[in-house]
Amino acid sequence: MLTCKDASHLISESQERPLGIWERWGLRLHLWMCVSCRRFERQMVLMRQALRMLGKRAEADALSDGNSVDFPSDARERIRKALAERGEHE
Amino acid sequence: MNETALSSPDTWLDEHGAALYKYALTHTRDEHKAEEAVQETLLAALQARDRYSGGASVRTWLIGILKHKIMDMFRHDAREVTLDEPDEIAEEAALEDNFAPDGHWSLRMADWGDPVQALEGSQFLAILQRCLDALPPRLARLFMLREVMEESTEIICKELAITPTNLWTMLHRGRLGLRQCLDRNWVGDSVQIAARG
Repeated sequence: MLTCKDASHLISESQERPLGIWERWGLRLHLWMCVSCRRFERQMVLMRQALRMLGKRAEADALSDGNSVDFPSDARERIRKALAERGEHE
Repeated sequence: MNETALSSPDTWLDEHGAALYKYALTHTRDEHKAEEAVQETLLAALQARDRYSGGASVRTWLIGILKHKIMDMFRHDAREVTLDEPDEIAEEAALEDNFAPDGHWSLRMADWGDPVQALEGSQFLAILQRCLDALPPRLARLFMLREVMEESTEIICKELAITPTNLWTMLHRGRLGLRQCLDRNWVGDSVQIAARG
């Protein structure tokens, strides 16, 4: 019989690899009986979706110009200098 | 093909620098590292400008280079702190904290409600970002790579020189940590099961 700790491992790993047939059955049985693990499973799915959303949003932001970004001017100037130095060596 | 735009990296800095910086900051969560990543990206672009095919926009091309630079940084950071015994012990203790000695949850899981609603609101994502920042750095890096940047297990394991089992164990710890943080800050109504353990 799986404990919640075992079940949480399997739920987590199911996001990384296909579970074996016995793992799937054991997990299914545990989830059928355990409301906390059912909630945990839903939370894990939501977390993954939300994290991917963060990534997609960052990518979309980077591709569009309509964002107000704080690009510190001193950082910008340091980079400009580094680029100029490299340019001279070419 | 726009030769003049390509041959003047100075324009890249003005046109794309801010966007690259923001992207780098989102993923590295560190101003110095973000600056370094942007600089490395533009230097690499300068050297490789002959290889720019003109197929994608310059911005897309630069972001592609930036992603590699961020991966390089993670790899470098990961080497610096590999196999840190105290990290290992602290992370495992944090995981154990979730469970009673008999393997049950030490807290009853809260119902987080409708996932669609959570994803549509801005609050959940904002708290998620803060919770991600609060994770131990090496777990946060793995989360960035695996979940936010959606890198494959194969690539992450190869780049960071870890085994899949290792990666899964650390991701699991990270997930439990992140879950706990979200639970406290977003829903925050888990009920301690006092009788257990």
